[in-house]
Amino acid sequence: MSLKNALRAVTALTLITATTGAFAETITIATVNNGDMIRMQGYTDDFTAKTGHEVEWVTLEENVLRQRVTTDITTKGGQFDIMTIGMYETPIWGANGWLVPLNDLSEEYDVNDILPAMRGGLSHDGTLFAAPFYGESSMVMYRTDLMEKAGLEMPEAPTWQFIREAAAAMDDPENDINGICLRGKPGWGEGGAFITVTGNSFGARWFDEDWNAQFDQPEWKEALEFYVSLMNDYGPEGYATNGFNENLSLFQQGKCGMWIDATVAASFVTNPDDSTVADSVGFALAPNNEGVDKRSNWLWAWALAIPAGTQKEEAAKAFIEWATSKEYIELVAAKEGWANVPPGARTSLYENPEYQKVPFAKMTLDSINAADPTDPTVKPVPYVGIQFVAIPEFAGIATEVSQEFSAVYAGQQSIDEALEKAQALTNDAMEAAGYR
Amino acid sequence: MARATTTRRKIITTVAAWSIGLLIFFPILWTILTSFKTEAQAINDPPLFFFFDWTLENYAVVQERSDYMRFLWNSVILAGGSTLLGILVAIPAAWSMAFVPSKRTKDILLWMLSTKMLPAVGVLYPISLLFVQFNLLDTHIGLIVVLMLINLPIIVWMLYTYFKEIPGEILEAARMDGATLKEEILYILTPMAIPGIASTVLLNFILAWNEAFWTLNLTAAKAAPLTAFIASYSSPEGLFFAKLSAASTMAIAPILILGWFSQKQLVRGLTFGAVK
Repeated sequence: MSLKNALRAVTALTLITATTGAFAETITIATVNNGDMIRMQGYTDDFTAKTGHEVEWVTLEENVLRQRVTTDITTKGGQFDIMTIGMYETPIWGANGWLVPLNDLSEEYDVNDILPAMRGGLSHDGTLFAAPFYGESSMVMYRTDLMEKAGLEMPEAPTWQFIREAAAAMDDPENDINGICLRGKPGWGEGGAFITVTGNSFGARWFDEDWNAQFDQPEWKEALEFYVSLMNDYGPEGYATNGFNENLSLFQQGKCGMWIDATVAASFVTNPDDSTVADSVGFALAPNNEGVDKRSNWLWAWALAIPAGTQKEEAAKAFIEWATSKEYIELVAAKEGWANVPPGARTSLYENPEYQKVPFAKMTLDSINAADPTDPTVKPVPYVGIQFVAIPEFAGIATEVSQEFSAVYAGQQSIDEALEKAQALTNDAMEAAGYR
Repeated sequence: MARATTTRRKIITTVAAWSIGLLIFFPILWTILTSFKTEAQAINDPPLFFFFDWTLENYAVVQERSDYMRFLWNSVILAGGSTLLGILVAIPAAWSMAFVPSKRTKDILLWMLSTKMLPAVGVLYPISLLFVQFNLLDTHIGLIVVLMLINLPIIVWMLYTYFKEIPGEILEAARMDGATLKEEILYILTPMAIPGIASTVLLNFILAWNEAFWTLNLTAAKAAPLTAFIASYSSPEGLFFAKLSAASTMAIAPILILGWFSQKQLVRGLTFGAVK
């Protein structure tokens, strides 16, 4: 072969490679062990068949995942091409330039179909940095049979006062039934999240406009007093250490009249394989304190993001488009039924007449729509976020504050003592971080 | 009278030993039992002991979802590799400390042990940066070195204690007969310290097998051992206790079997230095 022919061959090969896109790649995805995520792993073959790219999964416990991806991203480790992150990290990491902006997703993907609340929470300065795989709010789940027996009817939008009345009516210690089960476990994402949204519904806030802690204000005291008295009177023993999983277990065994928690729990408590009360669960919006125009529902999404610096950006984007697409939802619905599709991410899902038949679909959407991360409580705040404050320091501060509150639930200190400590430690941390 | 006292004492100590043993073993037994339950049975209150419908479903699910053999193989390579490397480094170090001590030997030994008191997370960033710099993330060799370094103080300490029991005169005699340093360590010291070395190897293998901080933080898909395999079944939103228990049982089974078969050597080795 002459030199000329060889050159021609090389040019042709280069052109073919350029026009057909990159070679098939293997991308590594870090994720959590939640039901929807595990289901997605089972459908990876569909993605590979469509794009040719292979996927390697690294499944980790939530807190380990946070630590791993933070280390990886800050040291530019490059071990992951896609990370599963939440609504708390996304705007902070996006602002730091740690994530690849998702502003060039294809037209078929229909980015405008993502629920506005989710899109807003996963963006920074109007740029989307993570695509929601599934979203959640919180709502009341209650036992319809016990409610009927008590002669009460759950309104669609109850107040805390009604919740207390219903808890009193359903509480039946002799039959091992607690009127209500709520989170009390320390941790910013566990009991910390729950008491923060309860605070919102009493008009409390974490900070004023100048980043001063607000635990010395009467709203926080009122919220804590209500929660502690409700749980001491009608809650389960040792509620100070109960988180999502502990309450799920209690509710599934028929030991709770009501449970206020993540909307994603609806599919667990109505699943007859795991739940003894599957056919008698009703749903209502998360409550508010009488006269306060804010409800205690949060907003959260598990979303897929691409760390800046990945060598496989195109393949990673292709995966995100596949996993968070309308087609993926249809794929899961066809194989496993509409109740098992990832909820809370796309508007079109809630417009689908088939999905509207799912008992918790409407309440999930209403709860998500009722949550506004830019206006979480009654008074103005300098932060974004409902059950969290979207600043890097929050996780550490809120974990400490929730530990002080859990000590109250366990009877180890008074509400006043806990609020005083929370006020001091929050102000100290904010001062050290340069906010005040 | 004396015989009665001895018999009673024997019974009491036997009962006490069994009770403590069962108490320590109970969490493992509970994990194994839970792995054969359904998710609903796993959270049943009151807890179910033996009378439930035993199922192998969790093992089937775990087997289907994860490549167990790959994790197992990685665990064997990491635990085995770090132990071997550790022994190769520690034998000469312990030899010098035991037989040709300097004024500072005691201080060095204490200093080595003090590194074990540093919380691992304190050096997470420096180690991660070094791993990024040298392209060691998610590789066997990187983790073997880290695991070896973590356990080295314990290996050196254990070997040092065993070597101290060996009379220096024997080594001196070998030297007078013309043995080189290499021959002295290989053919005289090592065979005499075999029980000690064996128990050190076993203990270090178990420590490396169970190490969870670095193996979780420095691996992803390729070099992840069984600790990462277990962690992948822990969930904050959803009850997967039965599956988590099945994964845990599969992860601890090899080391449990190894420990069972080698318990005699392990106990002998561990008490070799302390009790003559």
